[in-house]
Amino acid sequence: MTYIKPKFRHPELPVNAVGYARKDYEGAISTLCGGCGHDSISGAIVQACYEMAIEPHRLAKLSGIGCSSKTPTYFLSNSHGFNSVHGRMPSVTTGAILANRDLIYLGVSGDGDTASIGMGQFVHAIRRNLNMVYIVMNNGCYGLTKGQDSATADLGSISKGGVPNAYMPIDLAGMAIELGASFVARSFSGDKTQLVPLIKAAMSHQGFAFIDVVSPCVTFNNNPGSTKSYDYVREHLEATAAVDYVPEKEEITISYGEGQTADVELHDGSRLALHKIAPNWDPHDRLSAIQRLHVAREKEEVLTGLLYLSKDNETFHQFLHTVDQPLNTLTEEDLIPSQEVLAAINADHR
Amino acid sequence: MKPTDIKDPEYFHRVVDCQYACPAHTPVPEYIRLIAAEKYTEAYMVNWESNVFPGVLGRTCDRPCEPACRRGRVEEEPVAICRLKRVAADFKDDPRAHMPMGPFPANGKKIALIGGGPASLTVARDLAPLGYELHLFDEQIKGGGMMRSQIPSFRLPESVLDEEVGYVLDLGVHAVFNKYVESMREVLAQDYDAIFVGTGAPKGGDLPRLPGRWDAPDHIHIGITWLASVAFEHTTKIGKKVIVLGGGNTAMDCCRTARRLGGEEVTVVVRSPFETMKASPWEIEDAMREDIPILNNMPPKEFVVENGKLKGVLFEKVEAVYDESGRRKLIPTGEPDVFIEADDVLIAIGQENSFPWIERDLGIEFGQWDVPVLNPVTFQSTLPKVFFGGDAALGPKNIITAVAHGHQAAISIDLFCQGQDVAKDRPAPTVNLIHQKMGIHEWGYDNDIAGDLRYKVPHLEKKQSLHDRKLEVELGFDPATAFREAQRCLNCDVQTVFNTSRCIECDACVDICPTSCITFTMNGEEEDLRTRLTAPANNLEQALYVSEPLKQTARVMIKDEDVCLHCGLCAERCPTAAWDMEKYLYQVTKAGQGCNTTLAV
Repeated sequence: MTYIKPKFRHPELPVNAVGYARKDYEGAISTLCGGCGHDSISGAIVQACYEMAIEPHRLAKLSGIGCSSKTPTYFLSNSHGFNSVHGRMPSVTTGAILANRDLIYLGVSGDGDTASIGMGQFVHAIRRNLNMVYIVMNNGCYGLTKGQDSATADLGSISKGGVPNAYMPIDLAGMAIELGASFVARSFSGDKTQLVPLIKAAMSHQGFAFIDVVSPCVTFNNNPGSTKSYDYVREHLEATAAVDYVPEKEEITISYGEGQTADVELHDGSRLALHKIAPNWDPHDRLSAIQRLHVAREKEEVLTGLLYLSKDNETFHQFLHTVDQPLNTLTEEDLIPSQEVLAAINADHR
Repeated sequence: MKPTDIKDPEYFHRVVDCQYACPAHTPVPEYIRLIAAEKYTEAYMVNWESNVFPGVLGRTCDRPCEPACRRGRVEEEPVAICRLKRVAADFKDDPRAHMPMGPFPANGKKIALIGGGPASLTVARDLAPLGYELHLFDEQIKGGGMMRSQIPSFRLPESVLDEEVGYVLDLGVHAVFNKYVESMREVLAQDYDAIFVGTGAPKGGDLPRLPGRWDAPDHIHIGITWLASVAFEHTTKIGKKVIVLGGGNTAMDCCRTARRLGGEEVTVVVRSPFETMKASPWEIEDAMREDIPILNNMPPKEFVVENGKLKGVLFEKVEAVYDESGRRKLIPTGEPDVFIEADDVLIAIGQENSFPWIERDLGIEFGQWDVPVLNPVTFQSTLPKVFFGGDAALGPKNIITAVAHGHQAAISIDLFCQGQDVAKDRPAPTVNLIHQKMGIHEWGYDNDIAGDLRYKVPHLEKKQSLHDRKLEVELGFDPATAFREAQRCLNCDVQTVFNTSRCIECDACVDICPTSCITFTMNGEEEDLRTRLTAPANNLEQALYVSEPLKQTARVMIKDEDVCLHCGLCAERCPTAAWDMEKYLYQVTKAGQGCNTTLAV
């Protein structure tokens, strides 16, 4: 032992609307370090998929290389999966989305896989507004190669190596907003009450949904001086708003006495109820989101929650004017024009 | 909720469900691990120290531990604890080297033990090594009490009983058998420093007012008396058609014994519904396997006797009706009465205490149902030097309860003889919490959870066993099956111990826990908290383990103990060792701690 998880589960676990219990969304036992934030994110993904009653075969999980990209093994064992090349998860996902637009696409990446080797892929995936959830498990270091600072490490942050980071960080959430991502959020692996509704909202969103999840590396970047350690993040945590995911048919029953409350509609009819909204922030206003991010940086806050959500956006398939039917199901009959059509086309070029 | 005080010895004791449910609090997981390690003698000694009769109990115990077993809550059936105990007894080497050896230096105190059953023998076992001079009196030819007279040999071979009674008597007990004590006054007149009464519940229930009861007395027997008569070979046969009245374990022993003594058509008839029968389910199962039908909802109306010869019994048909307060009434259905032919009838409808030999002017007070007035903790009667235990104390229960009484009475007698307060000076239990981590993936116990279902104990072929009442029906596990059954034990005594100050709230334990026991949330009242946990927490008998507030978020860690598998994954995934697996050994302290043999575990 203990590379095996016992088979027994809580005997009174409820099942969701499609008849599955939470365990049906689990994966193999994690081989990451105990206490890794990534495991919590995996747990949140399991919880979100269970609560949304997603049929596991309706979802594809894709990843690149790194600690983060190992995690798809640890959740949704019954779903489709593709563990691709370092930084190339967006291209593979692009292909998959083109081939079968009917699946739910969950891309999992890390700060190295996205902000360094995969940066080129990342920015173009945003530009294409691929209909996918893109989760970055962001720990500010290269955990799999023993903890070197990554491109998202804050200036001056000290990892286990002990040397303050000399470079400016890349803010993936800010960059995503800048490049036109239609859903941008940031969260923290240690706060499932926020992360789970955000993942559910991201999955309900049509278009590119990006969640930057600060996820402490318990082995190389959880020491005093690090800005991505559990206690630093918790001390500097600031949310744009508290979030509740409200499924399609359910009424909002929670009411908050204080602060503003807003209701953000998602594409599938579900809603995100926002409570205690931060001043000077409007989830639909890109400018206010960017400004809020900059203020947070000045104040050394880790700003979490929903950052930006566009009201209307066109996705990749809409840009391309593809048919509604998934391309991989088109038969020869659908694809090869008839003699008459071909003759008409040829006639046009004469 | 207040943070859980794990320094309270009873907290983790409750988590070890089997041990907690056992009246003698035998450390069950401890001996099951020893069995898995093929250390049968050591496993036997863990038992012997706690329950004195491992071989007997491994066959006959009422097993309160098994319904309590956590395994029964995560899958279908509990660990076969009782049958594993027998394995320890079956495969042990000579255990005497591990037992206290006399002669013990005398302490000058003399104790009389009236009755030679499990309670008295336990008192003797605990007090002999302390130097007490023990005089044990019993009316039977050998020691063992009801274990000898009421439990048939096809369930408990005489050799097993003789061996274990012998271990106690060999400690230097002066046993006087074939001696019925007729007067407590006479005993008190002798110079005993204390007297222990363990005379059981010797009076079998009867139906004295049922018509016909006294018309054929030779063929209407009292169950326990008849069983004793069979055990001591005064009775060797019975008629072909036999009716057994009653639905308890004695009734099951009676009907199965009758099958072995010539009964061909043996029928058990109970007055109330089958489901409410008092007999253990496995005893009922064994009786039915021997082609004994059990008819229910039929109270007897009359013994039908013609010309001085028993013809059978007439039964009324009833149904059970429950009123609002849940009280049961048996209402006649109006169906015609049922007559069942019988050559012999065995009445096994309960048993009672009986103390005709204790004069009522000695200062020993008796309460309702002729039961002595006792302090239920010290077992001291209203006459300070007289103590009671076993069925004689609080009414008929079972062997393991008698043993538990014996231990407590021995403590009282020791305190009493040493001039201490029997109530206030009682020793606290011994507890021990030992760290189990041995490496990244290694623990001092086998934390891999076996998925096996409960193994069945093989039985002797029916034809053969019905032929000879002395042939044991259950054959016991062989070592290989015993190992597999032992591996089903969840090691509930290896506790999950949480250190609040080390926790960094990374959720690793929450994410890995297979049975969703752990939650981090804001504190609240228990009722409210139980609704906010990761998984339903509806078993109110199981505690919630609550931590101090955590330093980063001021939340608390809450663990529902109910279906924790003790697999140690929380501790294994914890990056800061805030969780630790620690083996908890809870032992009831014995009189003078004289029987605490040292084990190489």
